[in-house]
Amino acid sequence: MKNIKYSEITPEKIYKNRRSFVKSIGLGASSLAISTIPFANHSIASERDKLTSYKDITTYNNYYEFGTSKSDPYRNSKTFKTTPWEISIEGEVEKPIKLSMEEISEMFVSEERIYRLRCVEGWSMVIPWMGFSLSELLSKVNPTNKAKFIEFESVYDPAQMKGQRYPVLNWPYNEGLRIDEAMHPLTTVVTGLYGKKLPNQNGAPLRIFIPWKYGFKSAKAIVKIKFVQNMPTSSWMWASPREYGFYSNVNPNVNHPRWSQATERIIGEGLWAPRVKTLMFNGYGDEVASLYTGMDLKKYF
Amino acid sequence: MKKYLKPGVFILSTIPFLLILYKIFLNKLGPEPVKEITHFTGEWTLIFICLTLSMSPLKRFTKLSEWISFRRTLGLFVFFYATLHLLTYVGLDYRFNWSPILDDVVKKKYIFIGFAAWLLLLPLAITSSQKMIFLLKNKWKKLHRLIYVIAIFGSLHYIWLSKTIFFRPLVYLIIILVLLALRIKIKNRNINYG
Repeated sequence: MKNIKYSEITPEKIYKNRRSFVKSIGLGASSLAISTIPFANHSIASERDKLTSYKDITTYNNYYEFGTSKSDPYRNSKTFKTTPWEISIEGEVEKPIKLSMEEISEMFVSEERIYRLRCVEGWSMVIPWMGFSLSELLSKVNPTNKAKFIEFESVYDPAQMKGQRYPVLNWPYNEGLRIDEAMHPLTTVVTGLYGKKLPNQNGAPLRIFIPWKYGFKSAKAIVKIKFVQNMPTSSWMWASPREYGFYSNVNPNVNHPRWSQATERIIGEGLWAPRVKTLMFNGYGDEVASLYTGMDLKKYF
Repeated sequence: MKKYLKPGVFILSTIPFLLILYKIFLNKLGPEPVKEITHFTGEWTLIFICLTLSMSPLKRFTKLSEWISFRRTLGLFVFFYATLHLLTYVGLDYRFNWSPILDDVVKKKYIFIGFAAWLLLLPLAITSSQKMIFLLKNKWKKLHRLIYVIAIFGSLHYIWLSKTIFFRPLVYLIIILVLLALRIKIKNRNINYG
């Protein structure tokens, strides 16, 4: 069989041109303000700004529900069923609700949001997500005054997710945010990438993306969002509290016990490309630093 | 026939190296090429440690003494792949930028123990020749028992660098522990039966 290159099926250049066309006719202007990637240094800006290829974004994933190797999610998620899908918003709210994916796509308009993803393992990608602010979704319920944190629960389905048949993590995958972090406009509900439906291996049908935190904070395949009174214990905190804190903000000054966080590798740059310096809050400090005023980020890592 | 066995083992042992060269030149290393080379050479170091440790149990089970003659070749390939692994990390990944490297060695236990394992390999590689066996006599055997420590260090290095022990780090740990346990048996038997 002839090997068809991905680029022959969906040329990224065309995709990118389409984006500039959208820009030129002035649509999505509101999204453009938010879609910018901040840079510390203009000379490296162009390299850092470059979108990671669709192939790398969709074949190099940490998604332990489908296996612990980075090529596993792509291979093992092909037949994963994402319909029907329902998300429950509950906990410390006046009236809990359940929304189907259809209802969500009718209620909220997904826009393009280009954000850098920084993995705790020391690599990064630039991904053109499709999504909307989590605050829009959360505004559909009225939290009680006890609500201080948000807990995200990912799907538990060991029949379809073979990684969940082993005690790699305490399934289902669990993550959390402080309410002000969850309400921040950069905190995104992701429904797609590269202008297409979100692939299974990237967390379909719906995931969270928090650009200033390490990738594992951005839970995939969400089924439940719960308002809670106390700080939730995420799956990774439960697995190793010394290594994974609740906040997990990208911070080049706080090293993970096993990986230096001072530098990162840009995915797709090849064998000879050097590491680049990691930016505080992954480069989103202007937008989010105020959330942590007065906090010792070495202590609350 | 027998005289082709040793060169055969040597040639087979170079296959992982040729494979990584092929991947480098044909650009088949995937999205994170440096990490790919690091993991590849690291894993093959562990595989060669396991192979080296398998020779004397194999000799015992099959009652064929030929196995022992492969041990030196396999052991030297442990050193070869471990050195490639170290060079990838120091040279390719960190560009011989010593300050972050030293920082890693001191602060991260998996790097510390990995580096320690490589240092322990040095005297074994240096004293691997027939001449050294002759010169060191009884001490040679004692010195080369360091491979047991190196095997444990290598396995810990893998466990500590992985986010979870599942599954490969666990598999190597079990294999190494079994290979070491087989030796304890040999010893006991010698004591029991004189």
